[in-house]
Amino acid sequence: MAHEHKLAIFRGTLKFKNNIQKIWGVLIFLTLVTAVEVVLGIYKPEFLIETTFIRMKLLNWIFIILTIVKAYYITWDFMHMRDEVKGLRRAVVWTGIFLICYLVFILLTEGDYIFEVYNNGFQSWDF
Amino acid sequence: MDTTVTHNNSEEGTWSGGNQPLKASYGKLMMWFFIVSDALTFSGFLAAYGFSRFKFIDAWPIADEVFTHVPFVHGNFPMIYVAFMTFVLIMSSVTMVLAVDAGHHLKHKSVAFYMFLTIIGGIIFVGSQGWEWATFIKGDFGAVETKGGKILQFVDTEGNRLALADFAIEQASEREQHLGKNGIWYDQEATPTTYSIEEVKAGFAATPNALIRIQTLTEDGEKTVLSREASLAKLNKDGKQVVEGANLIHNEYGAPLFADFFFFITGFHGFHVFSGVLINIIIFFNVVLGTYERRGHYEMVEKVGLYWHFVDLVWVFVFTFFYLV
Repeated sequence: MAHEHKLAIFRGTLKFKNNIQKIWGVLIFLTLVTAVEVVLGIYKPEFLIETTFIRMKLLNWIFIILTIVKAYYITWDFMHMRDEVKGLRRAVVWTGIFLICYLVFILLTEGDYIFEVYNNGFQSWDF
Repeated sequence: MDTTVTHNNSEEGTWSGGNQPLKASYGKLMMWFFIVSDALTFSGFLAAYGFSRFKFIDAWPIADEVFTHVPFVHGNFPMIYVAFMTFVLIMSSVTMVLAVDAGHHLKHKSVAFYMFLTIIGGIIFVGSQGWEWATFIKGDFGAVETKGGKILQFVDTEGNRLALADFAIEQASEREQHLGKNGIWYDQEATPTTYSIEEVKAGFAATPNALIRIQTLTEDGEKTVLSREASLAKLNKDGKQVVEGANLIHNEYGAPLFADFFFFITGFHGFHVFSGVLINIIIFFNVVLGTYERRGHYEMVEKVGLYWHFVDLVWVFVFTFFYLV
């Protein structure tokens, strides 16, 4: 079995000489992203908390986007999704992404509705 | 692999079998599809967590105030330990992918070595999670639960948390734990808390700088602190029982749902890590015994590798949604 690995990451801007180097490169990148998350989580810069985008704090958007970035590199380079054929990649990734987005949208909308009911109803919940 | 299956379908049609349109073996393909379904299970849990959090969006516990401990060190270190756990798991993912790579080059010894490191990383992670659970269950400062199931926490005038032991006044009492062997029909009650609600109420009244912090968040995302008068009135009118630590019913950190989801999601993930470690051990012994060397390829290592990376992937999301957001 031949094992050809695609050795470039960041859309081809960073090329590695061999697969082992690529693994360490991705580790450094993932560690960096985690460190950024932890530092932001500890210091919580003022303006990232005050600014909101689509009813969520900018800081939380950053956390979620960085998480997806990490997930991408774990799947693409550690799980070698980068080397799989397009059909397999799409069967796995798009199925998951579609169903998860659907579920999250529905549950969060419903949760928000129930919050409104608790908040504006005539029943007191704090006693 | 190609030694056992003969492909002579070159002149036959696309649908006559023997083709691998996805260029992946049966085992790897099935591992991928298992991962998809398991990912949906986990997202079901995390989305349910989001649902409950949105339900109580103005009163959810602040993770930075809940997970503040590091083993062997005293003090307040939010996030540090869980960041360490994340790093351990990512690191064990790296050793796993190095094992897979060594397998491709049929390097028997280094596959075994990297598998061994992966197992060690997994064990450290599960151990850390056990410690995290124990700390969470044991609790920190203690709190009072109201009749409506809300949590009242105690702070001094500077906003520092007060533990129950800081102000509760012990009173002589003849109250004993009701055990199953004493009552009718094996009825029993839970372990009594260190202080009774009367002791806490008396101590609170006698400590002029003690205030109550309720769960509702202010606009700055901090917990609301009541004035001294409001605190006394709230505690005496609504205070029902003392809560120390967390279980599935009571939770001193805030909404019981928070503890329920914490136990369920990190527990389910920890169970995945645990079974991953077991599977890795089995594969490790197979590598050491030379099973795959005789087979001529290390695809089994690749398959457990996929599972192991998936566990890491899930943790990245759990980390974000439980500890960061």
